Amino acid sequence: MDMMEIYSLLRSLWVVWFMALFLGIVAWALWPANRRRFEDHGQIPLRDDR
Amino acid sequence: MLTGSSRFRREGTDSMTAIATTDALPAQSARTAFEPVEDVVRAFVVATMFWGVAAFLMGVVIALQLAFPLLNLDLEWTSFGRLRPLHTSAAIFAFGGNALLGTSIHVVQRTCRARLFGGDLMGWFLFWGYQLFIVLAATGYLLGVTQSKEYAEPEWYVDLWLTLVWVAYLVAFAGTLMKREEPHIYVANWFYLAFILTIAMLHIVNNLAVPVSPFGTKSYILFSGVQDAMVQWWYGHNAVGFFLTAGFLGMMYYFIPKQADRPIYSYRLSIVHFWSLIFLYIWAGPHHLHYTALPDWAQTLGMTFSIMLWMPSWGGMINGLMTLSGAWDKLRTDPALRFSVTAVAFYGMSTFEGPVMSIKPVNGLSHYTDWTIGHVHSGALGWVAFIVFGAVYYLVPVLWRRPALYSTRLVSWHFWIATVGIVLYITAMWVSGIMQGLMWRAYDELGFLQYAFVETVAAMHPFYLIRALGGLCFLVGSLIMVYNLRMTVRGAAVTADGAIRATA
Repeated sequence: MDMMEIYSLLRSLWVVWFMALFLGIVAWALWPANRRRFEDHGQIPLRDDR
Repeated sequence: MLTGSSRFRREGTDSMTAIATTDALPAQSARTAFEPVEDVVRAFVVATMFWGVAAFLMGVVIALQLAFPLLNLDLEWTSFGRLRPLHTSAAIFAFGGNALLGTSIHVVQRTCRARLFGGDLMGWFLFWGYQLFIVLAATGYLLGVTQSKEYAEPEWYVDLWLTLVWVAYLVAFAGTLMKREEPHIYVANWFYLAFILTIAMLHIVNNLAVPVSPFGTKSYILFSGVQDAMVQWWYGHNAVGFFLTAGFLGMMYYFIPKQADRPIYSYRLSIVHFWSLIFLYIWAGPHHLHYTALPDWAQTLGMTFSIMLWMPSWGGMINGLMTLSGAWDKLRTDPALRFSVTAVAFYGMSTFEGPVMSIKPVNGLSHYTDWTIGHVHSGALGWVAFIVFGAVYYLVPVLWRRPALYSTRLVSWHFWIATVGIVLYITAMWVSGIMQGLMWRAYDELGFLQYAFVETVAAMHPFYLIRALGGLCFLVGSLIMVYNLRMTVRGAAVTADGAIRATA
């Protein structure tokens, strides 16, 4: 199997890569350790009055 | 801290402004000051209202033309075919576009605590550049200059100009993000940035064209046949997804927390909402080409991704509505917030309806009928226009330093008149559209088509009248809004010195 074949095989699995990337993002968003940080980010618009 | 007088120098004559702002200053003593570009945002708000009324008026005119064809006046310039793109472009690009540009500049500066990249000069270039685009496009439509691509009608010279303005917009927005003082980029800006980037990509690819001559208006699109159709609806559907959805979601994620004075229900859900929308939307375009020469697998792909769009749709709706949990009473006292929250409900409803209509057998009934028009308007009037109204009612007192709106009762009147208008509009189009679809496919016992086309047209007449009435309600509501905002801007300036000091 040369590089081109590996490349086209990996390319044909694009939906798998996107799914993995998306699930990674969801895991990051829901990770318990990140909870407090995200709650703090939610406050940003309420702090913007100069 | 820079003083109010230098920050708002363009309002030098209005001493009230300086007083009102200095009073508000002590709260943020710990953080460094920044001077947001605000005159430009005010101009965008005024332009939003101007083009909004123009778009609603054109809508009423062409709705009446469909009911009474005589109203096209037998003139080429006022025929339905030329006024219809005038209406759609005025609604989407002029009304919606000005609202998006204005609010995005406001939001990115506030949430990044940084002045707009390029400052006033950049802001005014964006403002006048965008208005020039609108006028060039609109005059073209009336004179019959069009490349006949839905929602991408402007010819090549207008497209080039918009490209220039849009790239400047991207530079201004991204530049502001890059010089931000706030370490985190707030989620509203993600939606705005996705909107700006994607529209740039869609606009350029869909308008790849070869002009016939350097000084003529006519051009030919690079693609042809089914490829052209697919590129067009890749553009068209993502204009819905990234202009009319992502952009206005940016608005939702900033203005609903501001109006309700509480953070968004779940910031983590907003991250999932954003990325699921980004990953899915771009593939949904083929559902505009069901049962055409487009390969079947592409149609099924478009349908599948459209169904999956229920995920971000409900994520976004839950996030917007639940922000109000524990503060539902605010809806009773603040009719401006009622606009924003009803907008989110319409967002949920129309993005539920859309995937249903993308299912091939349903689409076989709904496509080319008034059902589509009804669906578009539950999105455009219910979601887009209502979220803009909510944002503008909030923004005008903030931008013009007024203690409150001139009249909340008038906001309430606007809300109910506009809501009744939308309900009349979409119910009339549901009935008319489904009836139309069923009449087209009805056979008699001998296997002949039961109805001539003209019979379906005659049957739709009463619903066209109801639709025009609904549109008229929406127009009247917007005029009430213009009056109310005008009085808000003028009213407080007229009020005696003490009145504002007392409230501040």
